[in-house]
Amino acid sequence: MALTTTKPEVRPAGRDREPGEGRLRRRRKLWAYLAMSGIGIFFLFPLVFMFVSSLKPSGQILSDSGSLNAFLPVGDISLDNYFGVFERVPVAQFLVNSVFVTVATVALGLVVNSMAGFALSRLEWRGRGLLLSVVIAALIVPFETIAVPMVYWVSKLPTLVFEGGVLKYDFGWLNSYQVQIIPFIAHAFSIFLFTQYFSTIPKSLDEAARIDGAGWFTIYRRIIVPLSGPAFATVAILTFLPAWNQYLWPLMVVQQEELRPVMVGMQYFFQLNPAWGEVMAYTTLITLPVLIVFLSFQRAFVSSVAASGVKG
Amino acid sequence: MLDNSTPATEISALPATKPPKATARAQRGSGRRNSLARRREFRAGLAMSTPAILLLTFFLVIPVLLAFGLSFTNARLISPNPPRLVGFDNFFRAFEDPVFLQSLWNTFAFALVIVPVQSGLGLLLAVLVNQRIRGVFLFRVIYFIPVVTSIVVVSILWKLMYSEDGLINSFINTVTFGAWNGIDWLGEQSTAMPAIIVLSIWQAVGFHMVIWLSGLQTIPGELYEAARVDGASTWRQFTNVTWPGLRPTMIFVLITITIDALRLFVQVDVMTQGGPRDATTTLVYHAVRAGYRQQEVGYGATISLIFFVLVLIIALVQRRLTREKD
Repeated sequence: MALTTTKPEVRPAGRDREPGEGRLRRRRKLWAYLAMSGIGIFFLFPLVFMFVSSLKPSGQILSDSGSLNAFLPVGDISLDNYFGVFERVPVAQFLVNSVFVTVATVALGLVVNSMAGFALSRLEWRGRGLLLSVVIAALIVPFETIAVPMVYWVSKLPTLVFEGGVLKYDFGWLNSYQVQIIPFIAHAFSIFLFTQYFSTIPKSLDEAARIDGAGWFTIYRRIIVPLSGPAFATVAILTFLPAWNQYLWPLMVVQQEELRPVMVGMQYFFQLNPAWGEVMAYTTLITLPVLIVFLSFQRAFVSSVAASGVKG
Repeated sequence: MLDNSTPATEISALPATKPPKATARAQRGSGRRNSLARRREFRAGLAMSTPAILLLTFFLVIPVLLAFGLSFTNARLISPNPPRLVGFDNFFRAFEDPVFLQSLWNTFAFALVIVPVQSGLGLLLAVLVNQRIRGVFLFRVIYFIPVVTSIVVVSILWKLMYSEDGLINSFINTVTFGAWNGIDWLGEQSTAMPAIIVLSIWQAVGFHMVIWLSGLQTIPGELYEAARVDGASTWRQFTNVTWPGLRPTMIFVLITITIDALRLFVQVDVMTQGGPRDATTTLVYHAVRAGYRQQEVGYGATISLIFFVLVLIIALVQRRLTREKD
């Protein structure tokens, strides 16, 4: 998990090289930069097009697409599309819902999964082996394979509802926040990562704390958690993206408009002749928060994904 | 685990100068304390895992069992009648359902193209950004940006670019000096799936670039030094040093891309709704359409179960391959 992506890239200038080598190296470097920039354009152009188009009237987006103007903020530039989106769609509500669901899923997940990882990596108890094998088996189960049976299942689960000032007992989790959060808290891969990370911390620390009379929960909270910043960061990042991007699940279990997350909210624009300017404004609005988070923690993001490769 | 206990044994070896009697009593005492400690350890382990155990049972184990169970019933999402056992009817129905067979083929065709192309391009990008030159990290970040962009956003964005008077057609028209008449990429049976393949690779290849990159960086630099001393060309260095060192990474990348490819849903739901004429209907899309939109949970569960078995087979292949290595 220790990642070499943070290595300094600059190599000390070698004095022992032959005279012609410098020019050759410079030539190769130039080609490398050209290739990387060309590919970079391929990855960036759709997003630049999205940002720029969100500022243009729908008609101009299509008429500009024949020239480089498609990528330039020229012509009739305004924030009208953004105002239009806020008028037509409850974007603010969708954003609040997504932020709430994402934060709750990630935060509760960090607690639940790290505690399980602690119990699996540092404690000897009956049932440990069984839980570990369930977690490892669960690593390969894609959510899509259980999505349909799960809709049926959550529609039968008991719940408490607050109706007219009385707490009532009812069935069915559909159309709620809990149905968007609770099924995604326990996460096999997160438990697996925590288990692996915690087992690299010397056990002698626990023993020393035990001699001082600390209980297991204290050891977890006071010793293991403070030492495991990188593991918590990795799990937070790897669970943040899927939570924000939830689509299939809320599509099926949330019909009530005021509970919808941002990705499903996009359905308002899936019509025969969408107003593309407003669509681009909406997609920009829901992409920017993630992009800002990513660009502020790029190294952590990239190394988290690299860490996810260790499970192979 | 053994390593970590060594310091503790050393510490306990220090007061070995105690009289033998005291040691014996201490041992007896520690034995009793041990069983107490073990009981406490058991309780702590169970208590700290309980939330995870409950949640995994309710939202993983039971749904998996339900996928099995419901496949043999005619359960409906909302129905006054309780589900009735129908034996293998759903399975017979699936293999006579032309849309299911089409979706099975579409999913495989998608995976068949995505797996080699995306893993190959990912490796190419990884080699490119693994060079020790200034500013290379910036390019890693740029190639990774589509990965953090939601696939829902990516799908709608490319839908606009693929439209008949959209960016892609205009671009081809420009580079062919006007010889190109725009086509409706997502509306033609022959081009809809290839169009989805292109944007899927665009979105996900940066992810596998990073995985390859971390594999590349586990190969010790001395191996390259040695190869250079022996006068090996860049290509020879790649085939004789890089490629053998990447085997574990390769297995991981191939398996994750394959399973991800079989999960294809969002692009189809946003861009084509399975059309034109089911040319882009996939297993997951068909399962959701049958099990949720048409409310036939029993049949939807059957399709999910078949999908699940496919994933299981791939996972077993992975285990086989990783074991061979050891």
